[in-house]
Amino acid sequence: MKPSAFAYHRPGTVDEAVATLAGVGDDGKVLAGGQSLVPMLNMRLAAPAHLVDVNRVDGLDEVRVVDDGAGASVRVGAAARHTDVEHDAEVAAVLPLLRQALEHVAHPTIRNRGTTVGSLVHADPAAELNAVLALLGGSVTLRSTTGSRVVNASELVTGPMQTCLRPDELATEAAFPVPQGHTGTAWTEVSRRAGDYAVCGVGVLVTVDDELRVRSARAAYVSMGPVPEVLDLTEPVAGIAAGGARPDEWAAAGRLATARLEPDDDIHATAAYRGHLAGVLTARAARAAAERAVARAGDTTGAST
Amino acid sequence: MSIEEHPGRTETRHDVRVTVNGVPRTATVPARRLLSDFLRHDLALTGTHVGCEHGVCGACTVLVDGRPIRSCLQFAVMHDGAEITTVEGCTRPDGELGPVQRAFRDCHGLQCGFCTPGFVTTITAYLDEHPRPSATEAREAISGNLCRCTGYQSIVDSVLRAAEIRSDQGDGRGETPQ
Amino acid sequence: MTTRTVGEPIARREDPRLLTGQGRYLDDIGHDALAAAFVRSPHAHARIVDVDVTDALDVDGLVAIYTHEDLPGRVGEPLPVLIPHAALTEPRTPYALARDEVNHVGEAVVMVVATGRDVAEDVCERIRVEYDFLPPVVGIESSRDAAALVHDDVPGNVSAHLVQEVGDARAAVDAAPHVVELDLEIERSASTPLEGKGVHARWDADDRSLRVYTSTQASTSVRAAVAAKLELPPDRVEVIAPDVGGGFGVKIVHPWPEEVLVPWAAIRLGREVKWTEDRREHFVSAAHERGQLQHVRAGFDDDGRVLGLDVTFWHDNGAYTPYGIIVPIVTSTQLLGPYKPGAYRVEFSSLYTNTVTVTPYRGAGRPQGCFAMERTMDAIAAELGLDRTVVRERNFIQPDEMPYDHGLTFQDGRPLIYDSGDFPATLAKLRKLVGWDEFETYRDQARAQGRRVGIGIGCYVEGTGVGPYEGGFVKVETDGTVVVATGLTTQGQGHQTVFAQVVADELGVGVDRVAVTTGDTRRFGYAVGTFASRAAVMSGNAVALAARRVREKALRVAGEALEADPRDLEIVDGEVRVKGTPGATIPLTTVAVLSNPLRYAFDAETERATQFASPGDPDQPPVADDDEPGLQGTDYYSPPRSTFANGMHAAIVETDPETAEISILRYCVVHDCGTLLNPRLVEGQIHGGVAQGVGGALYERMVYDDAGQLVNASFMDFLMPYATEVPAIEIDHLQTPSPLNPLGVKGAGEAGVIPVSAVLAAAIEDAEGIRVTRMPMSPSELHHLRERSTNEEGPRR
Repeated sequence: MKPSAFAYHRPGTVDEAVATLAGVGDDGKVLAGGQSLVPMLNMRLAAPAHLVDVNRVDGLDEVRVVDDGAGASVRVGAAARHTDVEHDAEVAAVLPLLRQALEHVAHPTIRNRGTTVGSLVHADPAAELNAVLALLGGSVTLRSTTGSRVVNASELVTGPMQTCLRPDELATEAAFPVPQGHTGTAWTEVSRRAGDYAVCGVGVLVTVDDELRVRSARAAYVSMGPVPEVLDLTEPVAGIAAGGARPDEWAAAGRLATARLEPDDDIHATAAYRGHLAGVLTARAARAAAERAVARAGDTTGAST
Repeated sequence: MSIEEHPGRTETRHDVRVTVNGVPRTATVPARRLLSDFLRHDLALTGTHVGCEHGVCGACTVLVDGRPIRSCLQFAVMHDGAEITTVEGCTRPDGELGPVQRAFRDCHGLQCGFCTPGFVTTITAYLDEHPRPSATEAREAISGNLCRCTGYQSIVDSVLRAAEIRSDQGDGRGETPQ
Repeated sequence: MTTRTVGEPIARREDPRLLTGQGRYLDDIGHDALAAAFVRSPHAHARIVDVDVTDALDVDGLVAIYTHEDLPGRVGEPLPVLIPHAALTEPRTPYALARDEVNHVGEAVVMVVATGRDVAEDVCERIRVEYDFLPPVVGIESSRDAAALVHDDVPGNVSAHLVQEVGDARAAVDAAPHVVELDLEIERSASTPLEGKGVHARWDADDRSLRVYTSTQASTSVRAAVAAKLELPPDRVEVIAPDVGGGFGVKIVHPWPEEVLVPWAAIRLGREVKWTEDRREHFVSAAHERGQLQHVRAGFDDDGRVLGLDVTFWHDNGAYTPYGIIVPIVTSTQLLGPYKPGAYRVEFSSLYTNTVTVTPYRGAGRPQGCFAMERTMDAIAAELGLDRTVVRERNFIQPDEMPYDHGLTFQDGRPLIYDSGDFPATLAKLRKLVGWDEFETYRDQARAQGRRVGIGIGCYVEGTGVGPYEGGFVKVETDGTVVVATGLTTQGQGHQTVFAQVVADELGVGVDRVAVTTGDTRRFGYAVGTFASRAAVMSGNAVALAARRVREKALRVAGEALEADPRDLEIVDGEVRVKGTPGATIPLTTVAVLSNPLRYAFDAETERATQFASPGDPDQPPVADDDEPGLQGTDYYSPPRSTFANGMHAAIVETDPETAEISILRYCVVHDCGTLLNPRLVEGQIHGGVAQGVGGALYERMVYDDAGQLVNASFMDFLMPYATEVPAIEIDHLQTPSPLNPLGVKGAGEAGVIPVSAVLAAAIEDAEGIRVTRMPMSPSELHHLRERSTNEEGPRR
């Protein structure tokens, strides 16, 4: 299991990087953390003739919270590691979902090297971050020699391991919007072993009103279809008391998920089991998210009085 | 692709300079040389082991700039200029067993020893950040490394014992050359 | 007295080296060697039509490409059947490189040698092999149906068929007041050591000798095989097992194709050649185990006593039978565990499939047998509404019935006679350890919290220490170092420590003075290998016997020097002394010098010894007819038959009522391997065995699709447990020494893995109230089991 030969490029700036990508054409591949790409290279499932190492490109390793007037967002550069996002205190304060999900991404050693943006453009149907980006309505900035464009999560992923990126484009940054209002989030998943890709994973975002009743609820799923699936769960749970709802009230959200999702069989689980899990996990995550929303609403109220 | 166009015919070699366990080392290698193979075969530091070459088993874990990473998922050329610590560098400066290594010996934390280097490096870095782990935390700390011999119980014990040894010796940090 | 170390949990001698990166595993050897890689069949069953290397020839760094037609003489013949058996009527083994036909994905077709492994793989990629497809046979049922054949000259795909019977079991079952009938299934798993296989060979053209390093469990046998295949005198072939990164059975098979091809290429090319198996290769070209379908009928009385047991099973032996039918034979004989089955009939068919060859993996057929027997015991208890431990107790062989002859033939061809064990005592300890009698209270508490828990138990007996022999060599050097060699190999068991403990105690020296070498034909030529939980029994006793010879000579030589009767001497802390006479001592180092009449004063010890040297009788030869120079001895241990260890495990599991996730809350083991040489190492063996058992019960399987592709051939999808999946393991020991060997030991290497699937199946069944008949069990499968159980609307069994 040794990779095929390739030409190695190590640009120092984004301009150099996109120029290199433009120069190598279809036979190039961006190398960032390498945690998904290098296994494929070692197994010779992929053999690009050129690898463009972006780990030393200036300014790509930043994790920032930006408020540009249209709302706050967490911006993650292409060379920023999962670990950097996971352990960023400011990120955890404004958008705890990132850490909640990242804790399920493989193991810490992988997160030390794997990049958040790299995971997004790898577009594995089991990747937590694609679901998070989809749930939050986030986007990715793509640069090329001809300019840059921002694509939102739903445009980014076109199929399993497939994205809208052109070969000459470099994903330079991801933006995870911080949701407005009294919100709470939760990520829950079942995997065969701790750290494995989820058999079914769900992230839920619940918004509550000032009376602490559910205003809206949305969920995003991994391993439940070829691309991250996003469901609006609001209808069955709208108006319920977010902090004190009975389990069966949340179960309604779960039933919606089971009914809507169309997962596939694989060697680890049947489609039917996945559908069942989606129901269970949706209810659990929704309940946890709602409780957090209530807690955060309380914090906000406390802070403002 | 015809054979003439294959880059293997004219594979470019790169000078890679790293500091391994405090010692500057250089070798000239093709870009596709994995960091694990670079350490093992180009620098003859065979303590780093290769168990799967797809990043799952953790035997190849080394510290790059203090962080544990899978050396089988990196190309050596990416790490030109890096500070690397391998299991050989987890000893005390006098060559005696370092705290994690001693703990493994005390607790029978290894059998065949093949996965052990990856555990030693991982735990060394972990204890730098978490000097007093609980038993549960100790188990989580090693949860990204596969061992087929020990059933992990003695490795969990080793993590706890290593924390004790480091605590008895001060923080133990000074023992890993960087 | 020197402090005895046998029985003490001393730290391992090998650890400082292994912990500091100074171990030397196969791939650590020969940095400048040429690298071998193989083109392996991508198809499960096909005829090779053509091999076209044209595109590969101009790859820089290519040294050689070999196909079967390049292999001369015996190198080109099929690999041997290691363990023939009268019932194995249709043995088939592969060629080192496939000749006309491939029978599983991963079978080697072309060997490539190049300057580096990366380049060798570049070459492999460019070699085109044209195949004619044949229908693949995948899975036991499809093999049994025999609509297609794996080997077209093997009717019904049956390699072996064997019946053993004691009494008239079918009549006994038919006449019994109660009968249970079970259809059971165990899926494939594999040894999966963290280090794959590997071979390095160096030919010394001047010396006409070959040195082979191989990651093996049987270096002496590899030597014999390589010498035979390459038609070299065995004394020109050295085979060394370096540090081996785990074996668990898969490295006992020999010769692997690469163990013949790499040395052959090294000689032919006059260059060092090395092959290091990668993970993908290990999955598709090493070996698997475990896959069986079983049908059990048991007749029993109102008390749950088994009156007749009738077992039929079908064993998946994969594409070839290089290791004979050891696995199903072990299943058929060890199935009985600690029980008296009344009349017993067992019949098995060993079946070919177009999948990776099946050879022993830790447990070697016992986990399947234990599963059959223990599932039967649980079914009997359920049928009669009896406590599961009570039913077991009523069927136990009692201590006063030892030795107990089952009337069957064991894997070694010897009678199946248990030598020792106290099964009721083992069970009593286990009940106490796990809190069997308090469990219903715990279950009620858990239920009140909405939690679902269950408890299971499993008992096994393991024949260990099979012969025919192992040998030991012990030598006291003049500097006091005690050099020990035994031929069997080490893969992490701690032999350098336990054999040192045994020898240190026998010789009265500190354990730190003893240096043990294993698995090196240069140091010890006759050996069998490390498998069947035999190393401590066989080599432990062999080195003890050899050390006793050395001790005897030391006392004789010291007696002459001290003018004392050897019977009045003892050895304490490396000094021979007259019992009860302080001052009358002579160091063992001096005795070592005196043992050799050639006394060039190379060291201070030799000079010091001069004072003791007697002039000698000028009419006698300096070395007597019945003596030899040096303080050394060699001896062999050869047992009449196997010694039987036993153990019982219990587990408490929790199953999530919603997600069907299965967690092990507690795992308890009571184990009896006779005298414990080093309790810490024995516990390590148990921990590791249980962890592999947990893998086999809840996580690991080899998923073949209908085309015979192994679709989970990676650590991503073959789910070996991490620390997060293995529970803490609680252990208690019982020590009933074996009467068969001087140390009283029984093997411990495989025990931990044997009952785990049975135990966890029982615990899941107990938690769920649904009968469990197949393992492994994933949450997805448990979910569907629940659905089926609900839909059937019948009473939950």
